Amino acid sequence: MNVRRTSLISALARAAALSLVAALVILPLLATFLGGFKTVGELRTSPFSLPVSWNFDFYGKILNDGVFWTFLGNSLVVSLSSVFLTLLCSSMAAYVFAQIKFFGSGSLQSYLLLGMMFPFATAIVPLFLQVRDIGLLDNPLGVILPQTAFSMAFAIVLFRSFFRQLPKELFEAAYVDGCGYIGFFFRFTLPLSTPILATVGTFAFVQSWNNYLLPLIILNDRARYTWPLGIMQFRGEFLVEWNMILAFVSLTIAPALVFFLITQKYIVAGLTRGSVKG
Amino acid sequence: MSASTKPHPVKKGCMASIRRMHRDGKLAPIFIFLPPALVLFTIFVIWPILNAANFSMYKWSGYGELTNFVGADNFRRLLRHSIFHQSLWNSWKLILASLFLQIPLAMAMALLIYRKTSVNTAFRLIFFAPYILAEVATGLIWSFIFDGDYGVTAQITRFFGMDQLYILADKRYAFLTIITVIVWKYFGYHMMIFIAALQSVPSDLLEAAEIDGASPWRIIWHVKLPLISHAIKLSAFFAIVGALQVFDIILPLTNGGPSNSTHSLVSYLYYFGLVQLNVGYGSAVGVCLFFLCVITAFGYKRLAIGKGAGL
Repeated sequence: MNVRRTSLISALARAAALSLVAALVILPLLATFLGGFKTVGELRTSPFSLPVSWNFDFYGKILNDGVFWTFLGNSLVVSLSSVFLTLLCSSMAAYVFAQIKFFGSGSLQSYLLLGMMFPFATAIVPLFLQVRDIGLLDNPLGVILPQTAFSMAFAIVLFRSFFRQLPKELFEAAYVDGCGYIGFFFRFTLPLSTPILATVGTFAFVQSWNNYLLPLIILNDRARYTWPLGIMQFRGEFLVEWNMILAFVSLTIAPALVFFLITQKYIVAGLTRGSVKG
Repeated sequence: MSASTKPHPVKKGCMASIRRMHRDGKLAPIFIFLPPALVLFTIFVIWPILNAANFSMYKWSGYGELTNFVGADNFRRLLRHSIFHQSLWNSWKLILASLFLQIPLAMAMALLIYRKTSVNTAFRLIFFAPYILAEVATGLIWSFIFDGDYGVTAQITRFFGMDQLYILADKRYAFLTIITVIVWKYFGYHMMIFIAALQSVPSDLLEAAEIDGASPWRIIWHVKLPLISHAIKLSAFFAIVGALQVFDIILPLTNGGPSNSTHSLVSYLYYFGLVQLNVGYGSAVGVCLFFLCVITAFGYKRLAIGKGAGL
């Protein structure tokens, strides 16, 4: 009897703790989403309740504004290119490290892994000058290439450990049949690596999609802005029109959340693969 | 060709091994697959960092020749700048908050929901969701929540009939809001690390402890936590490195204000180095940040490996 009561109490306490934390996580997001339907006056008096009347004007205004779509389009171009380049460059490098023993392999690997040690903020000033001197300021490539360079180290680690686990016999059989290293990579290694490609790709995508500092220093022309730059500029324009800002924020985080729900399996895999195995 | 003074066999062996690799078809992939990664990495990661070390000893606007060598002057100025002190102190506060607020919260949640049930999965997704939101969007959402005219504080002050409180513009509270937002955004990430570690704890150990009559608290303290100590160390490492690089969240929330009291190291670097194009000064800040990261990484390595060897 007593045991049952304490276990009931602890189950209730557990549910209460979980619900409280979940509410603290969800409420700001919900208020943001609902805020886009309210007038400024209503937002001031009741920011957290359901809107009195669902006003679609603010969302509509943003969706009908070409600039919003330009921002998203720019972000998409930058992110997809970064993902593609990251996947290609780091999987090729990791393949060589995993498959071929050669003099200097170890030191080249440690060299590339240096990239995991420090954040790119340490070198933004010289990086800015570097991109300027190459002539890539205000060019999507000025964001894509550094972005790729900084996400490669982590990607190479993930790819390398995955490639090492692929069965050796497969390569031996293909080699005997006259398939070279390069052919094997494209015909067998990559098709067998879809889980790790998805994991690395998802990570690289989220990183690039959310990146603010790098585009901030490289892109000056409004027509080139990625959405985090756009949203900050929007904030500057609509200082007190919180409903517009909240609608804008909602429209940008909605696709992120949907993307998260679809890809969460890969995100979690990347996290745990990268962390638990060191 | 053969006039070199190098011992012959070594050269021959070297050539032979290259020839053998060529015959095996190993040279082509090495020379085709490695260069893209190496070139990109060298141009955009290593070279800028080396440059930062070099530039940090000059006074330079980024244009024209690099001539005005000032030695350690930038570092001396930096160490005397009160706003730099403040940003270091802020980073330190963030580290403490991450270690003593965020990680315990993440651990508590992980312990509550690490078992694989569908309800737990739902909670896991909710707690983890803020992690994938863009920092900028997160900052904007919370600057609304903390807005003195609209958000939470407005509701509270109005309810009690007090004066409006603009906490984001108030030196006493502004940095607390940043800490709150960072805990909100990242605790789910640490929770995921802990969940993965907890799921790998062998269940027979837990059953044995239960049979021995250990209470749930004792099992957590004496079995679960010690067994996942590697994950805790890793999580602490990520928290520290993360705290050193905070930037995007600060901009929409306080923009470093009021009166420069909420700068992080990176936002300090951005405003006092890049925006004003003090290339030398900004590089000096970058070098400091670099060393802080290296120290953290080595500290973590010693901690992780030292303890591991002791077991």
